[in-house]
Amino acid sequence: METNKIREDFPILKRTMSGKPVVYFDNGATTLKPQPVIDAITNYYTYLGANAHRGDYEMSGQVDDAFEGARKTAQKFLNAKHVEEIVFTSGSSMGLNEIAIMVTRQYLKEGDVILSDESEHASSYLPWLQAGKEKGTKIDFIPLDEEGKITIENFKKVLTDQVKVVALAMVSNVLGFTAPIKEMAKICHERGILLVVDGAQSTPHLPIDVQDLDVDFYVLSAHKMCGPTGVGVMYGKKKYLDELQPVFYGGESNARYNKCGDLILKESPLKFESGTQPIEGVIGMAAAMKYIDSIGKENIHEYEVELKKYFLEQTKDLENLIVYNRNAESGIVTFNMKDKGQLIFAQDVASFLNTQGIAVRSGQHCAKLLPDILQVPATIRASFYFYNTKEEVDRLVAALKEVTLENCVDIFF
Amino acid sequence: MAIDPTLLREIIMDHYEYPRNKELIQDDSYLSRHMASDSCIDDITVQSKIANGKIQDIRFDGTACTIATSSTSIMTELLVDKTVEEAKEILENYFSMIDQKEYDEDLLEEAVAFQNVGKQANRINCATIGWKAMRDILKESEGE
Ligand SMILES: Cc1ncc(COP(=O)(O)O)c(C=O)c1O
Repeated sequence: METNKIREDFPILKRTMSGKPVVYFDNGATTLKPQPVIDAITNYYTYLGANAHRGDYEMSGQVDDAFEGARKTAQKFLNAKHVEEIVFTSGSSMGLNEIAIMVTRQYLKEGDVILSDESEHASSYLPWLQAGKEKGTKIDFIPLDEEGKITIENFKKVLTDQVKVVALAMVSNVLGFTAPIKEMAKICHERGILLVVDGAQSTPHLPIDVQDLDVDFYVLSAHKMCGPTGVGVMYGKKKYLDELQPVFYGGESNARYNKCGDLILKESPLKFESGTQPIEGVIGMAAAMKYIDSIGKENIHEYEVELKKYFLEQTKDLENLIVYNRNAESGIVTFNMKDKGQLIFAQDVASFLNTQGIAVRSGQHCAKLLPDILQVPATIRASFYFYNTKEEVDRLVAALKEVTLENCVDIFF
Repeated sequence: MAIDPTLLREIIMDHYEYPRNKELIQDDSYLSRHMASDSCIDDITVQSKIANGKIQDIRFDGTACTIATSSTSIMTELLVDKTVEEAKEILENYFSMIDQKEYDEDLLEEAVAFQNVGKQANRINCATIGWKAMRDILKESEGE
């Protein structure tokens, strides 16, 4: 991979932070945007302009072409069987909420169990918790192994006849382990269980083929893969999307209705897309998908894992560093720093790194059940992407060598 | 006034490593405020016993960063034995200092160590979490 050439596509990499060239290692939170994505968004505002699916004029037709073209791009990106299986959303959180509400209302009954796990992001867990309150469904947890991973053995242990849904992330945003989705799908389908996969952290980094994985639902967020914020995809197998009644109603999703209360919805996916969509977002997302494909997911994954290995090598003598996910094959390093045997609070370290121009995340990373497993209140997460370099990793390592409690407090003076 | 930064740093380190009054009590005569929704990480509970218009005792506990822990620790020492009115004035001056406005540094004593937290804007919340808890408790004590 020609990282130096790739970096030229990202205008933001020329900026500084705390007076130093920025080292952006918070890609798990969101990613930076390349020029082709920025151009696609700008082109909507400077040239296309109109609403989608509405007008009888040339501009509107061009918007439709771009909008529905983006749906085809997304279909190809995920290798979905039908283009109708691609529903635009505002992102993973919206998709997961819609799925949880629709499935709970229409498919589940009191006492049914949804399987989750303690490494889930709030957006994959809370929608099921809340949707289940009306119905009286219950959430059980797949036990994580000692590293924090999901294993097939542990999964099988909690499978009961009450389990009707399994809802989990393909890649954990905290530890970066990949769940064995394909095998889980096979087991789920033998038992008539629906498998709902949160692809927020897997889609940007791994090749995804929803047919090969055989997942029933899959969501993603464009902003975590070089696309714009506020837009994403909810994939669902056609048979389910055709059956399910949407959560939202309004313009564009209905075909006709009358005063007697009759309502005929459009076919999926449009029945799930009430109201004006983030058109520039959808177009920008498609540009991001094309950009990512031009680099290649295999290359991206291999390169990120190489950066992580490099980080681990360069820090092997750094005794104050505790890494929680050494063996996770991804670009995510979750760690803490000690000083004189005592843990330094994660946020203090992250603020120190900020003064060195390095962006990382501290806290619980929206997975608030996980600290119980790691037995620390918070961690620091450095998450790499394909535009990061070994030189940037060197800067992180150099900064970590300077981390002491005193230096972390010194930034305030 | 330019106070020696080394000294200020030492104040913070000392209160972080040896926090004062960091132990909660089971006692109904104390008012209590759990600050868990202001931030994702810092999780602090402050308790105070207020009687006859005077702060008799302040305690806290929780999991928090250097700034949240040390600023709360300093607050507990500074406000104990003060009248509610005096405490309110100190609180007001502290918040002014954090906001980079005019304040009376004589009233704040060791708490002046936090005069520059605003440099790291995302940490202002850490420096105020315990103080906000105490402000809420004072309001509650006055029946607000
Ligand atoms: C694993 C996981 N799921 C869901 C989400 C939510 O994504 P969004 O905020 O784009 O809806 C995130 C993002 O933080 C995530 O990391």
